[in-house]
Amino acid sequence: MDFTYDLLSALWPGFLELPRWVAVALVTLIPGLAIFMFISLGPLLYVYAERKIAGFMQDRLGPMRVGPYGLLQTIADTIKLMFKEAVYPRGVDKKLFVIAPCLVLVGAFLSFVVLPFGGRLVTADLNVGLFYVVAISSLSVVGLIMAGWASNNKYALFGGMRAAAQIVSYEIPAVMTLLSVVMIVGSLSLQDIVLAQSGGLQHWFLFRYFPLMPVAFLVFFTAGMAECNRTPFDIPEAESELVAGFHTEYSGFFFALFFLSEYTEMFAVSAVTSVLFLGGWMAPHPALQAIGPVGLGWLWLIAKAWGLVFIMMWLRWTLPRLRVDQLMYVAWKVLLPIAMGLLVVVGALLVWEPTRDGFFWDKWVGWPLTALIFGFLGVVMAKALRWRLRRPQEYAA
Amino acid sequence: MSTDFVSTDGYAWRIEDLDTDEMVLNMGPQHPSTHGVLRLELRTDGEVVRGVRPHIGYLHRCMEKHAENVDYPGVIPYTDRLDYLASMGNSLGYALAVEKLLGIEVGPYVQTIRVIMAELQRIASHTVAIGTYGMDMGAFTPFLHLLRDREKILDLFEWTCGARLLYNYNWVGGLSHDLPDGFVKACRDFLKEFDQITHPELMDLLIKNRIFIQRTAHVGVCPPELAISHDLTGPNLRGSGVDYDLRRDEPYCGYQKYQFKVCVANGEFGPVGSCFDRNYVRALEMAESSRILRQALDALEKTERADVREKVPKKVKPPKGEVYFRTEAPRGQLGYFVVSDGKDSIPYRVKVKSPCFTAMSVFHVLARGLMIADVIALIGSLDVVLGEIDR
Repeated sequence: MDFTYDLLSALWPGFLELPRWVAVALVTLIPGLAIFMFISLGPLLYVYAERKIAGFMQDRLGPMRVGPYGLLQTIADTIKLMFKEAVYPRGVDKKLFVIAPCLVLVGAFLSFVVLPFGGRLVTADLNVGLFYVVAISSLSVVGLIMAGWASNNKYALFGGMRAAAQIVSYEIPAVMTLLSVVMIVGSLSLQDIVLAQSGGLQHWFLFRYFPLMPVAFLVFFTAGMAECNRTPFDIPEAESELVAGFHTEYSGFFFALFFLSEYTEMFAVSAVTSVLFLGGWMAPHPALQAIGPVGLGWLWLIAKAWGLVFIMMWLRWTLPRLRVDQLMYVAWKVLLPIAMGLLVVVGALLVWEPTRDGFFWDKWVGWPLTALIFGFLGVVMAKALRWRLRRPQEYAA
Repeated sequence: MSTDFVSTDGYAWRIEDLDTDEMVLNMGPQHPSTHGVLRLELRTDGEVVRGVRPHIGYLHRCMEKHAENVDYPGVIPYTDRLDYLASMGNSLGYALAVEKLLGIEVGPYVQTIRVIMAELQRIASHTVAIGTYGMDMGAFTPFLHLLRDREKILDLFEWTCGARLLYNYNWVGGLSHDLPDGFVKACRDFLKEFDQITHPELMDLLIKNRIFIQRTAHVGVCPPELAISHDLTGPNLRGSGVDYDLRRDEPYCGYQKYQFKVCVANGEFGPVGSCFDRNYVRALEMAESSRILRQALDALEKTERADVREKVPKKVKPPKGEVYFRTEAPRGQLGYFVVSDGKDSIPYRVKVKSPCFTAMSVFHVLARGLMIADVIALIGSLDVVLGEIDR
């Protein structure tokens, strides 16, 4: 917010003479609108990316018709959804039916308020930022149950109940792993967490207490994926079982809202994960943090978050879906014990003087490990690319 | 009498009194994974299914009655429409039945082509079965990989007889068209790719996936006795560990000439007869079909080319009598009971013994006590095609 204030006062000399309430309104509205635009237009890109990625994985082209390489496909789809009739089936609880998708969307949107995109690019740097994120992301559960109940459809009801059980269960291991990061930093503010990881890639929390924090990262990311209802945890909307789960009866604009919130939540979870473990807006090397006076922090955060979003999509198009009881098993009997163990061990290590700032080898694992991961990804991609290039010749034979 | 709760008005509650209602969930006929127009009436207690009642008949087309009003070759297009994913196998069974009634024996060239077509169709049918099964489990990608390869089989069929789904290819006493020039090479190319790429990829990506195994390995276990008593056939029977295959045990079309293994579930993951085993048998069978195909292609090159319509009778008018002939269709034993009154060229009665119909009969037994997600897994593993159940 103060960034907007400084920017406005620098660019517009008359800004400081404005009445105070106008200035405050402008300073809050502008970042709010910016985030709103980012969030509402982001899914256009994610949906396109998801469809293209799915297409490449499934040996087909994906959208190709609308615009060059199908670039305008999602825009066309959005316009179609906007102008479609919103059908209210018989027996629907109309008020809840309308409120539900809005509530889900609000839950997904609001976590962006505390998300730092740069040293000063943050709408509100709350001192309880992480707590706020956890609390606000649970809001969507209410919306999902509401949607399931209001639809007057048994499949939707099943979907809503499953969503509630799943999200509430996975919140617990997620929060448990968050706590170890909070203990290291000693603050709940997301900005403080990012600043504690400054100084290059080897200082990121992913590499702290190696190999403890990488496990924490995996637990948190898995739980986050479950909270976004993505395959292999997509049982609330399992299309082969529950038709479409909680949004079975939704059409037109309200369906678009659910869609929007799903992708927004994906980005939000990925962004929070990168803030906690991957250094947020910190560049891998301090030299890459800015070009001259222009900070690149926001680009780094978005790049990291998109990387994680890509992994989510990759998993979705590869893995089958878990069953309800197996899902609960994973949450309560696998992730939760690991998370609790980490909490205890990291806590003990923090208290013990020699390991207060991490193990002595932590500084040395960061770069080699990153190189290893990207090397592996590179090999996989190269294989996939070779595969795609080889196939047409085979067809020709 | 023990009490668990005492309410404020002094009424003593026991935990047994707190009963939850069962909910009737109607699944289908318009549901993404009932594989057509099957309707299931589930009695559910939360996620657990207490009982299932399948309702069939949404795709009833009076096939058997139609057959009593057209001449013998005219029935073949109707048989194509029974199991629309495996038309070649259906018409083959009918053609063989009528040939038996007429006393015609087709030559080795036609027989080999029939085997080639039947086995290609088996692979095509199993790709759909396994692909959609993966999709029921939430894995979308294997489905498209498998359909990509099914397209190539359909291309071969189209090249041969002009149709991609309903062929009318196996005629009484012969075939509608000869194989086009270059078919053997094209088929070999397809098999090469299938054996080297598609099949191992399928095994890695889907069948050996840990989540997939967990979802299917202990679900819907059908012991051999139950399988036999409910007349499961084909991959469903072999998935229960019964070693029986008509291609080996009652060979037709010269199947005795080919070397192949009958794939039987061995309970590698979980008890024998689970959903996983039924599906696994299909996956293994595709490789065996490919083996038969390669032998058949070799045999075809050695066989002298003959007119495929040489023995097709001008008018099919069998003597009075009845015949039952069964073949190993992709989904199991497909039997045709044909009765001729000897008076005219219209069959007096054609009865189809459908493998899917009998597979459906065990469904309500296996589905009891499963979860909703498992019911989907069970339907997929039985691999029913409603066109054949309802006829």
